[in-house]
Amino acid sequence: MKVAILTFPGSNCDQDCYHAMEMAGGAPHYVWHRETDLNGADAVVVPGGFAHGDYLRPGAIARFSPIMESVVSFARGGGLVIGICNGFQILCEAGLLPGALLRNRSLKFQSHVCHLRVETAATPFTTDYEDGGVIRMPLSHADGNYYADADTLQRIEDGGQVIFRYCTETGEVSARANPNGALSNIAGIVNDKGNVLGMMPHPDRAVEAVTGSTDGLPLFTSMVAARVGLGAA
Amino acid sequence: MSRFRIEVLVKPRPGLLDPQGKAIHSALSNLGYAAVDEVRVGKAIYLDLIADSVDQATAMADEMCRKLLANPVTEDFTISAEELPGANATAGATP
Repeated sequence: MKVAILTFPGSNCDQDCYHAMEMAGGAPHYVWHRETDLNGADAVVVPGGFAHGDYLRPGAIARFSPIMESVVSFARGGGLVIGICNGFQILCEAGLLPGALLRNRSLKFQSHVCHLRVETAATPFTTDYEDGGVIRMPLSHADGNYYADADTLQRIEDGGQVIFRYCTETGEVSARANPNGALSNIAGIVNDKGNVLGMMPHPDRAVEAVTGSTDGLPLFTSMVAARVGLGAA
Repeated sequence: MSRFRIEVLVKPRPGLLDPQGKAIHSALSNLGYAAVDEVRVGKAIYLDLIADSVDQATAMADEMCRKLLANPVTEDFTISAEELPGANATAGATP
C-alpha cells in the first residue's frame, strides 16, 4: 500500500509516521505541501507538528497549502486519510472532519502518556483493535480540546463517529482522564463515511516497545489491511 | 481607489469555554476588581487594503474572514473599515 506522508513547514512527526507505516508493512513516501499530486497514494497521513507555525489558528493556514486540494478530493472519493495531532486540526479546518480543536482547558501544553478506549473496531483504522479495548500512547499538544456545537456532537455520537475516548488505565471515561477539556472525552473521530480519521494522541510514537508502547501499531496495520481488502474486492 | 484600514475583531462564540478569559477574570478578581462579571479574549487583525469604496473594502474583508481569518465553528467576527487620509490612488479625490 502506497502511503503519502504530507510534510508542511513545521511538521515534526512526518518521520515518525513514515517509520510507523513501514513497520506496518506499508510503502510510505513524503509529499511536500507545495506539491499538488499525491503520487498514486492509496492512503494519506497528515502528521503532527506546527504546520506554518500554527499562526492564526492551528491548521488554518495549512489547509490552504496546494496539496490540500488533492487531499480533499481524495477523501471525498473515499480514500483513507488520517490526521494525527496537528493533522487532526488541519483536517477540521479543511472541513473534512466536524468540529474544532480549542486551547487546552488548563492553558498548558500537555505532554504525557494517556489511555484511550477504542469505541469501535469497525472502521478501516481500528480493525486490529478490540471493541472497547484500552490502549496507551503519548499525547503532546496545546490545542486538543475537542469542541463541536450541540447538534454536531449529537450527530457524531449517534452516528458512531467517536472512535477514541480518553479514559483511565482501567477504561473508565471520566473527567480525571480528560487531559484537555475535550467534549465527552473525545480523542479521535471519523467523518460520516468513516474514511477520514482525526485524533490528538500519537499512535505514530507508539509502534516500538523501546518507546514504551506498541499500541499505536495496530492502527497502521489496520489501514494497510483495509487497503489490501479494498484491492481484493 | 482609496486605501482603507480594516479592523477585524475575532471573538469566541457565545457559550464557548474561553479558558484565557477565565484566567484573566480570576487575575482581575485577585486585584480587587469585583465588578468584573465576565472576560472573553479574542483577537484583532488589522489589514490595509486598496478598494473603490468602504462598502467594497468591507465586503472583501468579510470574504477573508469567512475563508481564513475566523473559524465559523468557534468564532464570530466584526469588521470596521476607515479610509486612510492622503493615500488616495486617484488624482484629486482626497487631499
